[in-house]
Amino acid sequence: MKTGTGTGVLSAIDGNRLELGHGQPVTGGGVYRCWRRLREADGIEWLILDQTDASTNRIEPSMLEELDAVLAEIERDRPPGLVIRSAKRNGFVAGADIAQFRGVGDAGAMASVLGRGHAVFDRLAALPVPAVAVVHGFCLGGGLELALACRRRIALPDASLGFPEVQLGLHPGLGGTARLTRLIDPLDAMSMMLTGRPKNARAALRAGLVDAVTEERHVAAAVRAAISGALKPRRPWFKTVAFNTLPVRRLAGSRMRAAAQKRARPEHYPAPAALIDLWEKHGGGESALKAAEIPSFSNLLVGETAQNLIRIFFLRQAMGKADKSAHAVRHVHVIGAGAMGGDIAAWCAYKGLRVTLADMSLKALGGAMKRAGDLFAYHYRDRHDRAKLRDAFDRLIPDPKGVGVGGADLIIEAVPENLDLKRKIFAGLEPKMKPGAILATNTSSIRIEDLRQGLQHPERLVGIHFFNPVSRMPLIEVVSHDQAAPEALASARAFAARIDRVAAPVKSAPGFLVNRTLMPYLLEALLMIDEKVAPETIDQAAERFGMPMGPIELADHVGLDICLDVARVLSQGLSEPLPKPPDWLEAKVKNGELGRKTGKGIYDYKGGKPQKKPGQPAPDAEMTDRLILPLLNACVACLREGVVADEDTVDGALVFGAGFAPFRGGPLRYARKRGIAEVTQALEGLAAKHGERFKPDAFWQKLGA
Amino acid sequence: MGCVNPIADEINPGRVAALRLGIDESVPGWTVQRNCGSGMQSIDVGFRYIEQGQADLILAGGTEALSYTPLLFNHNAVEWYSRLVMARGLLRRLEAMAGFRLGFLKPVIGLERGLTDPVVELNMGQTAEVLAFLFSISRQEADQYAVESQLRLARAQAEGSLGEIEPMFGRDGTLYDHDDGVRPDSSVESLAKLHPAFERPFGKVTAGNSSQITDGACWVILASEAAVEQHGLTPLARIVDSRWAALDPRIMGLGPTLAATPLLTDHGLALDDIGAWEINEAFAAQLIACLKAWADADYCRKVLHLDGALGNLDRARVNVDGGAIGLGHPVGTTGARIVLHLVHALRRLKAKRGIASECIGGGQGGAMLIEAM
Repeated sequence: MKTGTGTGVLSAIDGNRLELGHGQPVTGGGVYRCWRRLREADGIEWLILDQTDASTNRIEPSMLEELDAVLAEIERDRPPGLVIRSAKRNGFVAGADIAQFRGVGDAGAMASVLGRGHAVFDRLAALPVPAVAVVHGFCLGGGLELALACRRRIALPDASLGFPEVQLGLHPGLGGTARLTRLIDPLDAMSMMLTGRPKNARAALRAGLVDAVTEERHVAAAVRAAISGALKPRRPWFKTVAFNTLPVRRLAGSRMRAAAQKRARPEHYPAPAALIDLWEKHGGGESALKAAEIPSFSNLLVGETAQNLIRIFFLRQAMGKADKSAHAVRHVHVIGAGAMGGDIAAWCAYKGLRVTLADMSLKALGGAMKRAGDLFAYHYRDRHDRAKLRDAFDRLIPDPKGVGVGGADLIIEAVPENLDLKRKIFAGLEPKMKPGAILATNTSSIRIEDLRQGLQHPERLVGIHFFNPVSRMPLIEVVSHDQAAPEALASARAFAARIDRVAAPVKSAPGFLVNRTLMPYLLEALLMIDEKVAPETIDQAAERFGMPMGPIELADHVGLDICLDVARVLSQGLSEPLPKPPDWLEAKVKNGELGRKTGKGIYDYKGGKPQKKPGQPAPDAEMTDRLILPLLNACVACLREGVVADEDTVDGALVFGAGFAPFRGGPLRYARKRGIAEVTQALEGLAAKHGERFKPDAFWQKLGA
Repeated sequence: MGCVNPIADEINPGRVAALRLGIDESVPGWTVQRNCGSGMQSIDVGFRYIEQGQADLILAGGTEALSYTPLLFNHNAVEWYSRLVMARGLLRRLEAMAGFRLGFLKPVIGLERGLTDPVVELNMGQTAEVLAFLFSISRQEADQYAVESQLRLARAQAEGSLGEIEPMFGRDGTLYDHDDGVRPDSSVESLAKLHPAFERPFGKVTAGNSSQITDGACWVILASEAAVEQHGLTPLARIVDSRWAALDPRIMGLGPTLAATPLLTDHGLALDDIGAWEINEAFAAQLIACLKAWADADYCRKVLHLDGALGNLDRARVNVDGGAIGLGHPVGTTGARIVLHLVHALRRLKAKRGIASECIGGGQGGAMLIEAM
């Protein structure tokens, strides 16, 4: 029984092929870059979307123009039925090409472009030939609008259908608001568009968004059933009728507005309110709603928020890109099953890597396994995902003896912050590591230059600094030092992309980037408490600016003990002045009032939520500057010292690692918008009033130049 | 992989385990069943494939989750349910439902049926009672053996002599790092209080001097010499030979005498040449019966075709770290577990040769001759 030769049988018979019909290219048709017309023996036409030189189909003007020409041909040829399908393996259509929205300043010009797009989709919707869209993989934004313009929709089980535009500060702009609210329950439709959350195939079928869900092997039969009329759609027509009346929409609208306000301040994120207004006013008539959609979209697009969120989108793309040539990480070995190590291991296993998790304490391992189980159970809570749940557990291997070291491509050390302990562990690991494997430390306060002492190959040591909680904070700081090998750093960045994280390359320095810039913000807030300002007021000053969580709540969330530690490390290691942590902070820590994790810090906590006293005075404008400007100052210091290479990385890191007001595009984008001169002036003013710590960094001058 | 009671979702655990371990889809995997001998059978099959040159690396072992043994519906209930499912139309359905009898609800206890030999209609505990009678084994003797076994296990757990045991974690994070069937405070007095488990009121076999019904699993990697070279492996031991034997199911407990003895005679070995024995403790009485059989000249001449009594096995070398009485007997796993533990015991005792052997429900016995390296 020598090992069988059964490897790769499925790929040898092209077992994962897409059903694209068995048609021949249509004669007498044009030649297009994005579209192919294939006609089968019985006349059914398959319109295949396959953009050249792209791995993903996206909606953009030339593709729509070609579609217009194709539709004209189809109107002429009148096949008995039309199937629209993507030939791209990764999905149907991922949405619009966002690059075309970047830097748009002319709402009028955008409106004309949208108008032309509307016309093409309207033409598709009015086609005298039954059109069926077959959707696999992602079907988002404009792609979903394309599918909605077809008479029927068939989904493969892996389909994901949604409108994520709200995440870019927009809403659907090619007729989606009208077509979706008329096809499915309008409240469900509005919820989809307001949250941006996609529906999977089963949920789409239940909602009536698609008419059938079927496997690849039955697509040909399903398509014929859809064209012949044998496939009966299920539509909640009664609800659309009810919502045709304005009073009903007004009532629903006010409720939606209240819910949306809780999630995001409308003055910062105008898109949800714009969408609700749009539907409330015009939801009674399809053409009225479509017509109003265009100016609403265009006005949002040229606004600050949308442009900043689009910038963030591209930052995320750039920072989350994997270098294909970098050594792939398939097996990660994590040492330390504490709060960070355990969660890092769980996240990596969830994302499909094989993980071995080591810890000297079996009890700690058990705790980590439990938290991992909670993560898996949340993501795979659907009973159809039982096998995926099992597979996730299978990938996370408790490894008390550290057997996994020899097979790991990447070893992440996440043990307590003790230099001797870490050094000892590294010394034990190094001889067992396989060639090409990299060694990473999650340390946030110990210098990599100290850690690498004693290593035979310090060039394969890098820092991979995760943020807490790992599953919700997309950022990883990839920390380099002057002996790090470029391949090791590339591998670390590729690893970040592989587990769906965003990598910010930083140089070894106290606090790296995020902790260093957040500390002045936190410490200033603590100083304000000494000045008898209410914590609720301080937090409000930051939330008003657009921070997701005020500095006091953040300090409690991170842990007052950790804040104290980081503050100490930073003040020892950095030359710039930091506010001194107040004495009462040390007292609280000594007393065990560490914040959210102990139920009491600066706030009291109930069920993990801070108990904020209502009716506290509103903050004044200076308070916000006192909090935010030191953060900006520290960002600039990092640029000056070369801790970080460019402003884009600073902005991306602070948005993804600290939640810095995304609609402002990041700290330095905000500074530039406000005006470098104005910012430095404000800093000087604060310095005169409150102290040296506000003095603008020398590098501001370089930025202003 | 050996397994006697696969769960319904994973009927071929050998293959399922291979795929879930991430072993390439092109590596075949299967499950073998020879009652209690399944785990040893799995290793034996692997050993023979490698010996014949058909494989170089085999992952073999056993798994059993007796706690998952299902409660079954009796056959009449199953038939009624099938008729109901196939009935079309309201009238037919009502008709089918009317055939329901309350007795259909009484479950058949799968475990009970599994542990009862269908041919001679004795459960395993009853076969031990038969041997206790035939070899004049008293209740006290059986209890005494059980106590000794428990104490050996407790000491082995305390001293870390069970190095082959890996801690397991449940999906909820619960840690399972030792077998909790051990009773270090066992005494003949405490065991004397127990009632006979299988044949009341006169029986001698109790829950205290029987193996425990448990869950467990075991893996070993078998490698050819070429594979050892190629992959730079460090073998722990070498399988020299194996034997299987069969006898009347009513006295299945004597299986080890029939399977292990040829290993000695065919390889020219005396009792003294065996540094450690792992003989599965299905029941204390059953194990003592084997020891007494080997010491009996008549039995050895008539049954084992020896010239005289084989001799008295040195108790100090038999089940040195306890056994199924304290650790449990997860049926499909045990055969593999005792082979693996034998390897570890030989290395610790710095002994060269050992024999692992077990009696098998249905009237069989299996044995393996192992050399430590």
